[in-house]
Amino acid sequence: MRRIQTSKVLWITFFITPGLLVVGLFILLPLFMSLYNSLFSWKQLIRVDFVGLENFRRLLGSFPYQERFFNALKNNLTWFLSTTLIQNSLGLLFGYLLSRNVPFAQFFKRVFFIPVLFSIVAVGFLWGMYLKPTGLVNNFLKLVGLAALQRPWLGLEHLATPTIILVNIWRWVGFPSLVFLAAIDNVPGECLEAAYLEGVGEWKLFWKIIFPLIIPSITIITVLTIIGSLNVFEQIYTMTGLDGAPNYATDTIGTLFYRTAFGSIDAGSPEIGIGSAIGLVIYVLTFVTSLLSIFVTRKREVQL
Amino acid sequence: MITDLRYKGSSVGKRVFITVCLAAMSLYVLLILYPLLNMVLSSFKTNRAILTTPFSLPKAFSLATYKTVWIDKGFSRYFTNSLLVTTISMALVLLFGSMASYGISRYTYKLNTLVYMLFLSGIMLPLKAAIIPLFLLIKTLGLINNPLSVILIFLAMALPSTVFILAGFMKGIPLELEYAAKIDGCHDFAIYRLVVMPMVAPAIALVTIYNAVPIWNDFFFPLVFLQSDKVKTLPVGLSTFFGQHSTNWSLLFTGLSIAILPMLVLYLFMSKYFIKGMTAGAVK
Repeated sequence: MRRIQTSKVLWITFFITPGLLVVGLFILLPLFMSLYNSLFSWKQLIRVDFVGLENFRRLLGSFPYQERFFNALKNNLTWFLSTTLIQNSLGLLFGYLLSRNVPFAQFFKRVFFIPVLFSIVAVGFLWGMYLKPTGLVNNFLKLVGLAALQRPWLGLEHLATPTIILVNIWRWVGFPSLVFLAAIDNVPGECLEAAYLEGVGEWKLFWKIIFPLIIPSITIITVLTIIGSLNVFEQIYTMTGLDGAPNYATDTIGTLFYRTAFGSIDAGSPEIGIGSAIGLVIYVLTFVTSLLSIFVTRKREVQL
Repeated sequence: MITDLRYKGSSVGKRVFITVCLAAMSLYVLLILYPLLNMVLSSFKTNRAILTTPFSLPKAFSLATYKTVWIDKGFSRYFTNSLLVTTISMALVLLFGSMASYGISRYTYKLNTLVYMLFLSGIMLPLKAAIIPLFLLIKTLGLINNPLSVILIFLAMALPSTVFILAGFMKGIPLELEYAAKIDGCHDFAIYRLVVMPMVAPAIALVTIYNAVPIWNDFFFPLVFLQSDKVKTLPVGLSTFFGQHSTNWSLLFTGLSIAILPMLVLYLFMSKYFIKGMTAGAVK
């Protein structure tokens, strides 16, 4: 019996060790190192003195970090709110329509998912060209007689972020659509048919029966949207550049983090201490907001 | 089904609703397809034609720019690098991921839940936020400009979701099968390889697509770790290329077509698997 026990332990060790090593070395260790690093002052890549929470104090309360940080955070919030409001609601509508087999549903489903597979970088560069002052979008507006609406879409402070968000919605709306489609397809058909035969209208059918039953997928999409919004980087990098042009109007935590960690023309040399503090803020924000949204939606969950 | 939204037998209000929705969906289809078509058409046009007559058809379909981009501008190399990095990463993800899932789901022991939680913690933690310690780690290991750097990080990035999906599937396989194999004299690795793995093959396919697409498309980690032109992957190569040729639109559209079309063609043949695989983590 004892021999069997030992061999069982050995087998378990054999199976889980490689994966656990990778996760430990490349996910958990860096998490703790971020915390540790953020408590020190740095000279280039050399850790110097223990400074306690000084890096966080500078990030949140001194020029220029404070201004840049809250400006970026505001943009990330804009990303989250508009993505939830436009992309996820549109996704819910599309998912619903597809589940109800509107004409050509199979065709729509396949086409909607095409941009989801493309890299953000390729999509960003493609639309970056189309949105140039001499690009396809302005040319199209001229063609249909709306020349008055022509704009340098990525060059105006108040338009640049909404434009990039719309491009990202163009790329990603197919994802929530098909997740919601799968969730609605899981709602028992008899339930819907019974309600339908009772003469319940579309609107009521959706909000009273379907919506409460697909709350788990709404939670998942919301959490993914939070993680996605806090990690916006490639979209900015490809369309308006690492500095979040024009005049930091499109700057996000992701681009600010990169500039601080690796240095740029604008921010000068890398600042590992402040950078680690930003990294930690991203961790905490992701974790807390995800938990919060799980908590909020879980309360509304209904089971059959 | 009777709950289908159809024109036939519907009230006027419902017909209007269906029409408005169909119009909105068709508009999005156009917004997807036309920019892609325009991209491919523009790659055959001259700079002048792209700027002066953006909606016209190309005069001729010459592959000259494709040859320039593919050979002279290094896209063949970027493409090969991406293929290599994705393949090796995925092979390791599937091996380590399925082994860990087996170790978690097929044995009962005290630390079982803890191990599972350690793996799952990676799902909620954005790896990008740890780029500074990762950079210092990779530098210490001497792996800057070595594809192994991103392979290891992609492995860490993909393991949590792989374990989450595969362990779920493996829990569903009846233990009796395992006992039978044991009586026949199989040791644990043989059971893993010959009994359990073949039974989770469909889940393996899901996990492969779920992780391979983001790895193929990833930009952030190769941007940080693969700076020498020899080792760049396609997204980073594309970015460099855009920096160097920002005014040659004909060349840029060609580069974009090369970056985008292979995925599109693959999708046309396997759309069902892509849809199922990509949404696997979010759908029960």
